Amino acid sequence: METSETIRNQYTAKDFKSDQYVRWCPGCGDYAVLSSLQKVMADLGVAPHDTAVISGIGCSSRLPYYISSYGFHTIHGRGAAIATGVKVANPKLTVWQITGDGDCLAIGGNHFIHSVRRNVDMNVLLFNNQIYGLTKGQYSPTTKKGFVTKSSPFGTVERPFRPAELTMGARGTFFGRLLDVDLKTAQMTMTAAAKHKGTSVVECLVNCVIFNDGAHGWLAEKEFRADRTITLEHGKRMIFGKEGNKGLVLDGFNLKVATIGENGVDENDILVHDAACEDTTLHIKLAMMEGPEMPIALGVIRDVVEETYDAAVETQIAEVQAKSKIKTFDDLIATCEQWEM
Amino acid sequence: MDKVTKTELDNVVVRFSGDSGDGMQLTGTLFSNLSAILGNEISTFPDFPSEIRAPQGTVGGVSGFQVHLGSSKIYTPGDDPDVLVVMNPAALKVNAQFVKNGGVIIFDADTFDKSGFEKAGFKTENPFEELNISDTIQLIPAPLSTLTQNSLAGFGFDNKIVLRSKNMFALGLICWLFNRPIEQAIHFLQNKFGKKPTLLEANVKVLTDGFNFGNNLHLTVSTYFVEKSHETPKGKYTSISGNKATAWGLIAAAQKVGLQLYLGSYPITPATDIMHELTARKDMGVKVVQAEDEIAGITSAIGAAFAGSLAATSTSGPGLALKSEAIGLAVMAELPLVIIDVMRGGPSTGLPTKTEQTDLLQALYGRNGESPAVVMAAGTPDDCFHYAFMACKIALEHMTPVILLTDAFIGNGTSLWKLPTLAELPEIKPNIVKTGTENYKVTDRNQETKVRYWSFPGMEGFGHRNGGLEKDYFTGAISTDPANHQKMVDTREEKINNVSEFILELKIEGNENADLLVIGWGGTHGHLMSAVNAVNKNGKKVALAHFNYINPLPKNTVKLIQRYKKVVVCELNSGQFATFLRSKVPAVEFLQYNKVQGQPFTASEIEEHIISLLK
Repeated sequence: METSETIRNQYTAKDFKSDQYVRWCPGCGDYAVLSSLQKVMADLGVAPHDTAVISGIGCSSRLPYYISSYGFHTIHGRGAAIATGVKVANPKLTVWQITGDGDCLAIGGNHFIHSVRRNVDMNVLLFNNQIYGLTKGQYSPTTKKGFVTKSSPFGTVERPFRPAELTMGARGTFFGRLLDVDLKTAQMTMTAAAKHKGTSVVECLVNCVIFNDGAHGWLAEKEFRADRTITLEHGKRMIFGKEGNKGLVLDGFNLKVATIGENGVDENDILVHDAACEDTTLHIKLAMMEGPEMPIALGVIRDVVEETYDAAVETQIAEVQAKSKIKTFDDLIATCEQWEM
Repeated sequence: MDKVTKTELDNVVVRFSGDSGDGMQLTGTLFSNLSAILGNEISTFPDFPSEIRAPQGTVGGVSGFQVHLGSSKIYTPGDDPDVLVVMNPAALKVNAQFVKNGGVIIFDADTFDKSGFEKAGFKTENPFEELNISDTIQLIPAPLSTLTQNSLAGFGFDNKIVLRSKNMFALGLICWLFNRPIEQAIHFLQNKFGKKPTLLEANVKVLTDGFNFGNNLHLTVSTYFVEKSHETPKGKYTSISGNKATAWGLIAAAQKVGLQLYLGSYPITPATDIMHELTARKDMGVKVVQAEDEIAGITSAIGAAFAGSLAATSTSGPGLALKSEAIGLAVMAELPLVIIDVMRGGPSTGLPTKTEQTDLLQALYGRNGESPAVVMAAGTPDDCFHYAFMACKIALEHMTPVILLTDAFIGNGTSLWKLPTLAELPEIKPNIVKTGTENYKVTDRNQETKVRYWSFPGMEGFGHRNGGLEKDYFTGAISTDPANHQKMVDTREEKINNVSEFILELKIEGNENADLLVIGWGGTHGHLMSAVNAVNKNGKKVALAHFNYINPLPKNTVKLIQRYKKVVVCELNSGQFATFLRSKVPAVEFLQYNKVQGQPFTASEIEEHIISLLK
């Protein structure tokens, strides 16, 4: 344990800060996620040169420039596929994919669901501000129906995606959610994501001060945050609220908020969070909770153990190599049906 | 009245044709390999229908396999067959028109009945008359189904399995027709079915009966004999398809350079066999990701290149279109990447199983921005090995995407291949940054060759940020500075042009002092060479300049082309290479000979055109 502690303390957030000037708009929620990430990377103790940060296109996809590791700012929507290639090529690396609601769920939707399905061991930070920022304010696949944007002057007529539902529908093994202004939960969730073996999807609720200010305002407001959010932790009761007296209980097949000490509800009636449960039913219900009746779930909602794609690739290669007589190119040539001429 | 004559031929073309379930490909492969063992030059080409299993006995379900045997150097699977073997009337209908005068048609008489004629769409019960088959062609009826049933009577197989051995009967018959010693063929089957004694015994029985059936044919039939080739350089050979050779070229390069091979690919006709070959080579540590789409195929490969692998993606025309944005990323990020395009008929879905050279301009220019990449093309099936190897070498040594163009014709066709050893292949020196380099920047490059130094995750002290945004020439930071962009555009261009210093110069084949220069590129080499040789044999003077490197062109291209008074560019498109050459060698008038039918050239049509130009 002592050695691992030493390795853990080897880095500080500063070791993960690049010399590049951060170019997001003042007040952008991305700043908070960036600094949380740098802190988490330092705490994880993985060397910067063993860390690869891959992104697509969009405001959030600028992030790799600001991390002092190996970074690759690629093309729109393809971050998940590129990160898959990085991880499969070198499974020893810790791979982060930085993406946004447009990059990940519109143009990159196919790569997203397939990397989740394969369970490639990488950490996906999905910055969801429910708007296209870099192209100056068009609606995204997560924009609420009816919302007025530059490309929907009369309100959108589209139904939005809910990233949790999509992740679990694609058989995701990890889903977490964080709020830009809640640094403690953010770091806790990112750390759990990094430790999870497989594709860890973390929906980062971030505010776009320019084009969608206050998109998450209802839960971000400090005064009401404790009552409007619940931070889930595996093995702990689902208790929240300013007074710490609200909790989630089952009502038939649905969840409902109960107050401890009222209507005969005591602490033992409150559900205990099981993030490791393979069945997605309750995880989806938790992830889909919406105000004002229900709190928004933050933290680690799902964290299930499954073999990762990259590990399976390595295992299969090792198995075949153990059995095959073909080791070199010349061995391969020797297998040809051949004749002298 | 036994009057069996034996005709000695320099070369002969045999086409096997039947339903796609008739095993014609296996028969053809066995026969061609057998001939190669006996010392013949061989070249083969399969012709698949686009439907996997069209209704039995119909014209749509006919698939074929053509073999060309020679006692001297042969370059193509041949134009028209001397011998046609057909398993049903539909196969006759599709192929009869191509059989040479004086040729032979062997047909399964059991399938030539009313129902067979109807399925094939014949109006009468005399298909030979209906097709107006020349009476110089000898017809050999062989009730293959009945004979095979008789042959296997004692084995207790069910009828379906028995009929599946029909192709072995046909093979035996062909062995007789070509005076192949039956022992060799049996030896061949022993290698093939050695582990399954009953199957071996059955196949040997049918094969031998087929051979004896021929022997006992009391007909006036000429048999053929093709002498050993003495032109083939001595050595060990196998027969290899272009797609397999391509896959093995990548494997050889990875092992030569000592890097892991990564293929990101999505199934697409006619390129998928490359993926099949590579994914079977887990024993050699090859990593293959069958991606969710073409874009993920290439982008995951770009990720692997970023992470330090020798990375490749394989596709065909529509896939190349989907990959174009990602190729631009590899150009911008200056990462090594091999993109293989096995060209097929287009545009759009086009003719997926047929061959064309219509992706050239897409490969050269199909990207946004000034986006130069290396473009090269293999000429023959066995050539694919060499050029796939060279594509890797150039990608790694020059830090660039390389597009290797092959096509359905050479990808699926086979030719003789002299087996190489790893030791005799050229060294590959990837441009990896030297350890100890201080202050590394992502844009650091060799000032002479302009090649960027490669570093990848896991290497301590070389962390960097790469990407698709323009970078500052000196610091590697993102930059929109106008002068810097110009400098970077020029640098990327110069880097690619500089590759011409490292590739072979263009060679003239045929008669150097010719009155006409024929220009070709890629998979048409065999047909063009055959035609040029044939014309030269008749006392005319024709030269061939065949290109394998297209961007950059070999250094001596301009000088060489300008030596000739008359120049014709022959290609399986509407003039794409001619257009490219006009931009590079504006002083020359390029004539064109084009064909866009989804089919390879025939040597004879090229020959005719050459003669017409010499008049």
